[in-house]
Amino acid sequence: MSNKVLEAKNVKKYFPVRRFLLSKDYVKAVDGVSFYIKKGECLGLVGESGSGKTTLGRLILRLIPLTSGEIFYKGKSITKLKGDELKEFRKSAQMVFQDPYSSLDPRMTVFQTIIEGPRIHGIDIGNPEEFVIKLLETVGLKPEHLYRYPHEFSGGQKQRIAIARALAMNPEFIVLDEPTSALDVSVQASILNMLKELQAKFGLTYLFISHDLAVVKYMSHRIATMYVGRIVEVAGSEELFENPLHPYTQMLLASIPIPDPKIAKSKPKIKITGEPPSPIRLPQGCKFYPRCPYAMPICKIKEPPLINVGNNHEVACWLYE
Amino acid sequence: MSNKEVILSIKDLYVNFYTYAGVVKAINGVDLDIYKGEVFGLVGETGCGKSVTSRAITRLIPPPGRIERGEILYKRNSEYVDLLKLPEDEVRKIRGDEISYIFQDPTSSLDPLYTSGYQIAETMVVHDRAEWNEAWKKAVELLKETLIPDPESRVKNYPHEMSGGMRQRVVISIALSNDPKLLIADEPTTNVDVTVQAELMDLLRELQRKKGTTILLITHHMGLIAEMADRVGVMYAGNLVEISSIEELFSEPLHPYTKGLLAAVPNPLQKIDKLIPIKGTVPNLIYPPSGCRFHPRCPYAMPICKEKRPPRKEIKPGHFVECWLYVDEKERGEAKNE
Repeated sequence: MSNKVLEAKNVKKYFPVRRFLLSKDYVKAVDGVSFYIKKGECLGLVGESGSGKTTLGRLILRLIPLTSGEIFYKGKSITKLKGDELKEFRKSAQMVFQDPYSSLDPRMTVFQTIIEGPRIHGIDIGNPEEFVIKLLETVGLKPEHLYRYPHEFSGGQKQRIAIARALAMNPEFIVLDEPTSALDVSVQASILNMLKELQAKFGLTYLFISHDLAVVKYMSHRIATMYVGRIVEVAGSEELFENPLHPYTQMLLASIPIPDPKIAKSKPKIKITGEPPSPIRLPQGCKFYPRCPYAMPICKIKEPPLINVGNNHEVACWLYE
Repeated sequence: MSNKEVILSIKDLYVNFYTYAGVVKAINGVDLDIYKGEVFGLVGETGCGKSVTSRAITRLIPPPGRIERGEILYKRNSEYVDLLKLPEDEVRKIRGDEISYIFQDPTSSLDPLYTSGYQIAETMVVHDRAEWNEAWKKAVELLKETLIPDPESRVKNYPHEMSGGMRQRVVISIALSNDPKLLIADEPTTNVDVTVQAELMDLLRELQRKKGTTILLITHHMGLIAEMADRVGVMYAGNLVEISSIEELFSEPLHPYTKGLLAAVPNPLQKIDKLIPIKGTVPNLIYPPSGCRFHPRCPYAMPICKEKRPPRKEIKPGHFVECWLYVDEKERGEAKNE
């Protein structure tokens, strides 16, 4: 128990959408998700757009309120934290967003951006300039970048600034929400390597959100697959790639283009059909059954629970019941 | 390779953009032959000029861009015509008809005010391929071919009533409506999810096999190229630095940039301990580096790389590279003294 940095229990987030004057519908962005992340671990979260990955990332940092469920951070519930206690939690849990072009304030210099957090939280940092320069060097930037504005940097450099800003709080846990999807491959590689090094150096715990399975595999110890608001499979990253159980995970894996022509042209084709359902009008039972090649009568009626099939491999599918 | 028919030949193409900040030398002498019936992949990172090259083919370069010089020879009715010298109305007849495009973002390539059926039919009517009645019927067939469920009612849908993957299928239908000889797909799946991407790629491959269309596929995704292309061109900072068959590019990459690119991409099937990034950043093309444009980032850079642009060499049949490493010393010395 004690080595779980973060644990989510049956977390739900419904966004109301008004249809007519009185009737209300809900977008069930996250619908009953439970998982944990161990200390020093990187949990990868994959899924297609609209599967609720980003919403989940924001929920566990309390950036948006939960509809129901409970989140524990180092064994303590953070669901109802307020005021000073919430501020204290936010110090140790940080986030890096997808698009560095919009997550940095264009009117603040690098120095102002990085120093803002520690100032608000009243953290004793000694000489502020030295503090920021040290952080810049940690993320591979130079001291002369101190008083520059975001527009003077390339996309990769901006993302480094965003990472330095997160590190300024000396966090234990960071949510990385698609940190490299706005970047080119050659830049992506250096950011990913840096994130790995930082994790080892500071003993950080990551939740790594991405739609790119190859990147998630490179970064994560364990991977969770999400499909319309639910986690359908969790396993060690090697295990998940070698032995995917859920038909949706299999479909995702089959659709990644492999950068190797010998394998790419001969790999078995899994027929991919359909698109995810609208999160407002979800099918009953298993949410994947309309696209599932193995659908059985029970799939239509009852939603499968997430069960452990051994080897720390959990899957929500009636095939394995 | 000689028995293959060249459908499009780009020769010594230069494109500049005249911006307030200065002249961006976006395309710096590109030479490329595309053979009939093949899928030619063009890879490179943002800003390397792959899209500009593809648009220059039918002169779709908007001001302040200008095609400075070069030839684009297109085989039309067994004769080669230079698309850059043809009058504008002739090029318009070819564009969307014999040469058609699929662009990255289906939301902005479709008109929100017209139904999908209208937009598909319009392409055929404008190019005198059919009357409205007939074109409308053909639109339904095309949607069926691109695997849109319930095509009869989908033709009456407006773009906002469709998902991103569906919209891209409509764009593909438009591109295919006149049975193009050359289909230029510019990052056709960058905005869609992996599963939809796999479906669209299956679809393109299927159509290509059935109709023998030549495809120029532009992407930054090494995986997609590996799955789709027969031959590949690698672009860097406005230069086409390497051309090769797909197998050879992955097994024996020659140019240091290609090698770097391949080492930086995570392969999901392998256990990778460390990715190797390429040092430095893409240069500003207002002030491009002298000589070989890759030399500031190149681990093998030699003095001559700074001074002169490397010539193109055919190392193996069909495998071309522009790099001084593959030019023998004697020739290097001669080039230096020139």
